[in-house]
Amino acid sequence: MRIDCNHVWEYISAYIDNDLDPVVRADIDRHLETCEICSAVLDSTRNVVILVADERVFELPSGFSDRLHAHIDREISPSK
Amino acid sequence: MTLQNPEFEAECIRRILAGEKHLFHDLIRPCERSIYFLLLSLLKNESEVEDVAQETVIKVYQNLDKFRGDAQFRTWVLSIARNEGLGRLRKISSRREDSLDAETDEQTGDYTPAILTSWCEIPTEALERKELGGILREAIEGLPEIYRNVVLLRDIEEMDIRQTASALGISEAAVKVRLHRARALLQRNLAPKLKGFAPKRKNWFRGRT
Repeated sequence: MRIDCNHVWEYISAYIDNDLDPVVRADIDRHLETCEICSAVLDSTRNVVILVADERVFELPSGFSDRLHAHIDREISPSK
Repeated sequence: MTLQNPEFEAECIRRILAGEKHLFHDLIRPCERSIYFLLLSLLKNESEVEDVAQETVIKVYQNLDKFRGDAQFRTWVLSIARNEGLGRLRKISSRREDSLDAETDEQTGDYTPAILTSWCEIPTEALERKELGGILREAIEGLPEIYRNVVLLRDIEEMDIRQTASALGISEAAVKVRLHRARALLQRNLAPKLKGFAPKRKNWFRGRT
């Protein structure tokens, strides 16, 4: 089956998560071989997913963990 | 993300309930990041988040004997965090009188991607610069709330679809739809901006296949 660019974009997220029917995935792969635009959209979307997952982007506030554990100590070990 | 270990968790819980309370620190530590970012996605205010995170961990401790092991520990913890967060939101919104249910999957939007043909490498070195982190955080914070929640759990905390659905109390189908739209919006927003960062290839794509 030939699919168009709009069709491919509908499946980009599921494609990245490898959550597609093999037949649909094969159709998309065939489209990607010849479509520079969709390849770039796929790459850039995948890169965005990778970048937001980087722990350096979303760091816990400084001291969050220490304060959380100090609170736990106060609440669960009053005798400590 | 910290990998979960069900045997370690089960053993920890057994010993905590038997009196070794200090082990609770080790049990909850791998969940801290997820608690924080789930609450941040709901509350958007760091001091509220910290406050509710503290209430959440105490609630987890107090209810530890009710954990049955039929869900993953982190998923169970996050459902408690979500309830605590929603409770706080209700308190805040009763003061502000705005609806928590204003956003639905029915809302329309433009999810067509940004078209570009030359940005296909990851500007990983640029992550060291605060600028890029700021651009990414701003883009995620700018997402509609129902999409932001899903991105925070699925793509930032790298939970799977089922865990994300369970933690947010929505269906797996809804997670997939929201995730798709969130990623499309992020790509549309970010791709043209990130193109400006000089890319250098590094093989650190961990492969979400």
